[in-house]
Formats: sequence, structure tokens, C-alpha cells
Amino acid sequence: MSAFETGSRFPDPDRAFRLLIEARRGLSVQQAAELDARLVLLLANHIGDEDVLGAAIAAAKAAMPKG
Amino acid sequence: MFTAYATFTYRKSPDQEAVAPAHHPLVVVGAGPVGLSMAIDLAQRGQRVVLLDDNDRIGEGSRAICFSKKALEILDTYGCGTALRDAGVSWSRGRVFQGGNELYGFDLLPEPGHKMPAFINLQQFVVEKALVDRAMALENIDLRWKNRVVGIDNREAGALLAIETPDGLYRLHADHVIACDGARSPMRAMLGLDFPGEIFEEQFLIADVKMRGDFPAERWFWFDPPFHPGGSALLHKQPDDIWRIDLQLPATADAEFEKRPENVRPRIEKMLEAFSGKGQGPAFDLEWVSIYRFRCLRLEKFTHKSVIFAGDAAHQVSPFGARGANSGLQDVENLGWKLAAVLDGDSPRSLLATYDIERGEGADDNLGHSTRSTDFIAPQSPAERILRDAALSLARHHDFAKRMVNSGRLSVPTAYRASPLSTPDHDEWQGGVVPGAPVPDARVEMIPGGACYLSEALGPDFSLLCADEAIAGLCPPGVKALVPRDPHGDLAARFALRPGTAYLIRPDRHVAARFRAADARAIKAALRRARGKGES
Repeated sequence: MSAFETGSRFPDPDRAFRLLIEARRGLSVQQAAELDARLVLLLANHIGDEDVLGAAIAAAKAAMPKG
Repeated sequence: MFTAYATFTYRKSPDQEAVAPAHHPLVVVGAGPVGLSMAIDLAQRGQRVVLLDDNDRIGEGSRAICFSKKALEILDTYGCGTALRDAGVSWSRGRVFQGGNELYGFDLLPEPGHKMPAFINLQQFVVEKALVDRAMALENIDLRWKNRVVGIDNREAGALLAIETPDGLYRLHADHVIACDGARSPMRAMLGLDFPGEIFEEQFLIADVKMRGDFPAERWFWFDPPFHPGGSALLHKQPDDIWRIDLQLPATADAEFEKRPENVRPRIEKMLEAFSGKGQGPAFDLEWVSIYRFRCLRLEKFTHKSVIFAGDAAHQVSPFGARGANSGLQDVENLGWKLAAVLDGDSPRSLLATYDIERGEGADDNLGHSTRSTDFIAPQSPAERILRDAALSLARHHDFAKRMVNSGRLSVPTAYRASPLSTPDHDEWQGGVVPGAPVPDARVEMIPGGACYLSEALGPDFSLLCADEAIAGLCPPGVKALVPRDPHGDLAARFALRPGTAYLIRPDRHVAARFRAADARAIKAALRRARGKGES
């Protein structure tokens, strides 16, 4: 497998974040969740690596608010 | 609470008695940091300038606190950069918090070999006072307090201004009017110009407080802190025990209510308690309070017939990035030499159009940064806030997310990539400064002159930075040849300077062209182009 990469990879992270924000501009929380689900599936397929996907899920869960 | 820092005297001008309107080549409207700098820049280039201001005092209105290296270098050419640098608070460290926890700290790690630090914090009125002193010492600046422009007939060949004074109305005719009258620019309104862009809903409470204590000169930024749930907060040191505080308020907050000291103080008490890390925060005095909304706006064009807009009158950005006064001073630096060259007959009038191109690029760069910071600091909906908070929660452990956390990206000067004045590289370059980019400072040794900084050695007009004496011999008339020694290797590292290399540097200290094996013809052609005389 290729390593799960959490170092910064975008040349301009601010622009990348802005793209994601703009994608959900004007959406409700429910609509944004539906958008995110589709994005997750598309990006997961793009990565195409079950181990990397598993590591990303673990990192995301570890950063969830407690309780 | 709202005392003026300095007041000045209105004096009647002979123009007010003239039968026909007096004629002046250059009239600058607005004596804030941008207008004062504009007048000084032009006057130092030998131009006569009339500077009009509708008030007779400074210290009211906007309150920039953060001045960048580039701004200090510009102020240094007016003779007040060193004193202002020494009066300001130099800082490079900051901390970012989410909730009750520190996410990370940062250090801008100053690079050695620059005369000016990356940033200083200093009250705007201190800068204005230094500029007024300089303007008053220049006999070719006619500074007229309590002169309010109330009407304009703007034509290609000049503008007729109607001006209101304590002694009534008078008119004068100007070949060029430079409007530096701030974000609410009456000049913009008089010309009926749109100021399009984005105005954000969230409001910010801004306050300066005076408090004593051994606190670090760091920039502290909180997302959603326990003392101010749901909002963001900023604390930053100024000189004289003054601290700047910004607190995000809901879009629905009642500005008049929130501005009252009895409502401001409890919010600040809670914040300072968290800052001091003790049970009780320090005692403080409230020096100044205001409420504002983030705005990202610009004029589509900065030049309208005989009127040229500069500073906040031309473009307005959100705070948190040091892009307001700093970009205004860069407007001045860009425009000053061009106006002088046109008035002296050294360049065609079309050179002025490049101000629009270059500073338009600067404004777009600043607006882009400012809009992205605003999106992060003040999410517009719950859906956006979830994404923002996710980035924050990942930032503690993952570098990629830390790089996305945006509490304001501090400004660096824009390189003019689209400039028609730049000569594209003809040689192979690894590193160095690309055409259109601002010149970095460096420690050099001049013969004669001794050790100094490059920023001090550059001429007021064009300069040719040469790696060796042989190239200096190719320098065209009117261009200052510099052959500095490089005792610390700064020139080699920053300019990729080696034998045969030369940089043609504009009066505003941006690179016009660079040559690996300089020859007289290529230098002359690049100079013509940089002076707006077209390619040859």
C-alpha cells in the first residue's frame, strides 16, 4: 500500500479549502452531509486503497468531539 | 475617549481670492496615511502638490495597527521609516486556540539581513503624525486643512474641483487628482462609481484597551473560545501598553448597544482572564471602541479620466491580514514615479494605465486572501461551520489541516506578473527575483559608502544592480549603477547574482528585467519598456 499522507500536499491550502467551502455555500446541514457523502465516495475511489481508506477513517474518528 | 492625537491650523490660501480658478498639476484629496505618502512621494520627485483634507486633525477614523516590511521600506524613503520601526512593537510569534485548547503556535522566524522587520504594530496616528511632519517640511507641498471637496467636473484634460472651507467655497483646476479619501470616499460617490464586491453579515467589535502587565508581544487568535462561545477573538499588542482586541458578534447584534462601555467591558474582562491564565484578568482602560463588518470591495478601474484612486478609496479588504494601509502605501509607491515621469515628459501618459494593471493585480491578490480568511474566521452557515470546525479539529495532529487554518494571512507584496513594463527572462534562471516581483532587502557594502542595506542604496529613480564593474559601465544615463560587495552572501542567495548578472530595478523597487550576460542594448530596451515607451 502507499502510505497514508497527512502532510500538506496542496501548493495553496487556502484555495483548496475555499473550493470546499464554496461547494457547500447556501446548503443546509442535511444537504451538505449529502454532498459530503458523495464527495467521500468519489475521493475514496480515486485513492483506491483500502488500507489508506481505513487509516483515514481512524484519523477522522480520533478527531471527533468527545461525548 | 475619542480625543484627536494632533490638530492643525486652517489657513486661507491665495487661491481662494483668485478670480479665475487657480491651476495646479497635482491635487491629492485626503491626508490619511495614503494621501500624505502620495504627496510626499511626488514632492520628493520635484513635483508641486496641493494636499486637501476635510478635517484639521488626525487620530480619528480608521485605526490600522500592523505595518509590513514593504510599508516600512516605503516610509524609509520618506525619512521616517527608521523612527517608526523603533517606535513600534516588533513581533513574530503567535498562537491559535480552539475552544479552551491551544491548537498550535507559530514563529514567522525573521530572516536576517533586512533593515525592516516582517511586521511592526504601531498606531496609525503615530504614522500619520510622522508623515504630516515630513509633508510640512517639504516646501513644495501645500497642505490645506479644512478643505472639503464638494464638487467635481472631471474631464480627460483635467478636473475642476469645488472646495468648501471655513471662508466659503472656491474652485481650482487640477491636471491630475489623486483620490486618497478612504473607504467611504466622497470622491467615489461624486463620480457616481460603483464599489462592488462582498459585504459579510457577521459584525466585529473592535477595541483598544490599555493594561499593564508582563504579557508577551504575540498574536493570539481564538476560534470559539469558552469566554466568547461561537465567535472568534483576537488579541495583539501595540506600543504604550495598548492592546488591540477583536471579537466576532452575531449578524443580528445591535451595534449601538454592543458599543456601550458597560456592555463591552464584561466581554473584555472574560477574555483577559483567559489571556492572563489567572483567576482574574488585569485592570484595563477602554481607549476606543468600534463595530464593523468585513468588506471585500474594489473599484473595477482605479483611473477615471483625470482622477486616480488609491488606498481604501480604490479597494477595501477585511482586517486580520495587514492589507489596508499597507496596500495603500504600495499604490503610492507604484503611482508616484509614474505620475512624475509623465509630468516631466519622460514617459507617455499611457504609463498611468499600468497603475491600474499592476495595482489591480495587487488588489485582487489581497481581496482573494481576505475573502478566504473571512470564510474561515466567519463561516456563513452551519454547514460551512461544520467544515471549518473539522479542519480545526484535525489541525492539532495533522500538518495538512494546520495549513488550512486561516486566522488571517499576513500580507506580502504582490509580484506584478501581468505587467507590460516587465521584460520577460531571456536567460535560464534558477532562483533569484522574477521580473515584476518586489526586490528583497540585503546586507551590502558600497564603495564608497561602506556597510548598509540594499534598500538604502537603491536610487529614487531606476537602478541597475550589477554583479561587477564591467556591467556598471553599460548603465544608461539617469540610471543609478550599484556594484555592491556581498559580505554576507545575501545577494548571491536572494538574487542568484554571479559574474555577468544585472537587475534593472524600477523606482518602486520591483524588478523590471534581469540579465545573465548583460549588454547595453538589452538594458536600454528594458529601460524603454519599463518607462512605458513600448517594446523595441
